[in-house]
Amino acid sequence: MSSFINALPGAAAQGMIWGIMAIGLYITYQLLDIADLTVDGSFCTGGAVCVMLMLSGWNVWLAMLGAVLAGMLAGLVTGFFHTKCGIPAILSGILTQLGLWSLNLAIMGMKANQALNVNNFKLLVNLRYLQEVQKGTRPIFQYPLVVVGLMILAIVAVLYWFFGTELGASIRATGANGHMARAQGINTGFNKVLGLALSNGLVALSGALLSQYQGFAEINMGRGAIVIGLAAIIIGEAAFGSLFRNFGLKLLAVAVGAVIYYMVLQFVVSVLAINTNYLKLFSALIVATFLAVPYWKQEYFHKKVKEGRHA
Amino acid sequence: MLKIENVCKTFNAGTVNEKVALKGLNLELREGDFVTVIGGNGAGKSTMLNAITGVFGVDAGKILIDGVDVTGLPEYKRAKYIGRVFQDPMMGTAATMQIEENLALAARRGKKRTLRTGITRAEREDYRERLKILDLGLEDRMTAKVGLLSGGQRQALTLLMATLQRPKLLLLDEHTAALDPKTAAKVLDATQKIVEKDHLTTLMITHNMRDAIAYGNRLIMMYNGHVVVDVSGEEKKNLTVEQLLNLFSQASGSDEVDDKLVLS
Repeated sequence: MSSFINALPGAAAQGMIWGIMAIGLYITYQLLDIADLTVDGSFCTGGAVCVMLMLSGWNVWLAMLGAVLAGMLAGLVTGFFHTKCGIPAILSGILTQLGLWSLNLAIMGMKANQALNVNNFKLLVNLRYLQEVQKGTRPIFQYPLVVVGLMILAIVAVLYWFFGTELGASIRATGANGHMARAQGINTGFNKVLGLALSNGLVALSGALLSQYQGFAEINMGRGAIVIGLAAIIIGEAAFGSLFRNFGLKLLAVAVGAVIYYMVLQFVVSVLAINTNYLKLFSALIVATFLAVPYWKQEYFHKKVKEGRHA
Repeated sequence: MLKIENVCKTFNAGTVNEKVALKGLNLELREGDFVTVIGGNGAGKSTMLNAITGVFGVDAGKILIDGVDVTGLPEYKRAKYIGRVFQDPMMGTAATMQIEENLALAARRGKKRTLRTGITRAEREDYRERLKILDLGLEDRMTAKVGLLSGGQRQALTLLMATLQRPKLLLLDEHTAALDPKTAAKVLDATQKIVEKDHLTTLMITHNMRDAIAYGNRLIMMYNGHVVVDVSGEEKKNLTVEQLLNLFSQASGSDEVDDKLVLS
């Protein structure tokens, strides 16, 4: 149990980093009604670009900007496949993701991983900073939970503003009802591409932060990212759905959902001592169950009512 | 205001499901015309509206709105000129967005969507006044999600959205067909009021012959992908349902009268 409590800050930090990824996924999954599988690839792209740019001497902020732009480009490609080539959204994402696997390797110099030595670089977040702040050898404003927390607040604030603008509202309308959106003169194709780019930019930012936190980027770091993101969205909705009506708070709930998810994982690993190899299986089953519950509710609940009416 | 020249549209050309929907359709609407459209199933009424709005391209012919050739424009660009109410109450509004958000989206039809705020305080007041005209109590529920509204309320809201920014052309595709008679009458009444107030050039498809006679200054009947009857003015005012049925069987060259036409 004590090992679990000791590991909690680390789990929370990882959860918050993945929370940014989940907020990105929220844009496509909830607002545009697209399950965007690009993220499994663009998450790693973000990490790889950030690490490689830093290794070639870029400042950490510029390296992260580069990562965001690379992620947006990935989203743009998926959007192009979907809106200009007529490929279903889910398949478009899969195609980009597969292509990114090769590109990510190429970005990392044809290696499966690239490390950043924490002693030689000024990073924004790192596992070691977490320990050093706890020991008192580093100022509190470099504490990863503080740094990532502030970033999440800034991202939520910007998204809250953006989705309240004319353009942002038209993106929401695109996802809510394409017929209505086009009848109101909204270019739904353009909006989908824009949403996908925005989403994958955030996903890549999250990947860039994780690569700094763990001190390396590796080719498999984004595997299953969409499931983790969905889990965060679902947990956030289940925990705060009835409480948070405001759009900004809903986005925050997604980030908190990711933190809860990582804490539960930590619990499973350190208290229940389950082999970490099974974590992905558990994640998949948990997400499948949560996605099934609303369907079951409708299927079985509504049928009963109908039978009652006939009788 | 609207000019349709020789428009043809065939679905699934070259397959066993080939369906000629529009066969050299010609129609011209003058500014302020309120035209009701009737015709049996498969006559091409909805295809005509979808061709005008650009849901699909046409195989031949030209469509002009207020002198502008829109034949090659995508749907979202033509929306600048067109207000639309669909048959399905679910189609015209965004269910997960608020009533006022839906109106604000409609107020920006045909304009560039910028990074300015999506809805201003002054707009809200304007919408409240306009919603009062509908007499459905929606003015007190402006921040409610549209998904909570009934079909009739959604249709009335869609109508308001379609006309919020004066359209050059208002297209109504059996917009009361999915509603109960009482609500349908209410929505039709609101339609009449708005069309008269703003002198809107309107095309209204209906299955109800009485409505087709009662509303508008002109009536057209479609059969087999083109216009077969076109009456207006006094002649239209004095029409009876029986005369209309006679006209239909003459035009279609048989005594066969579409069930749905008779029933309504």
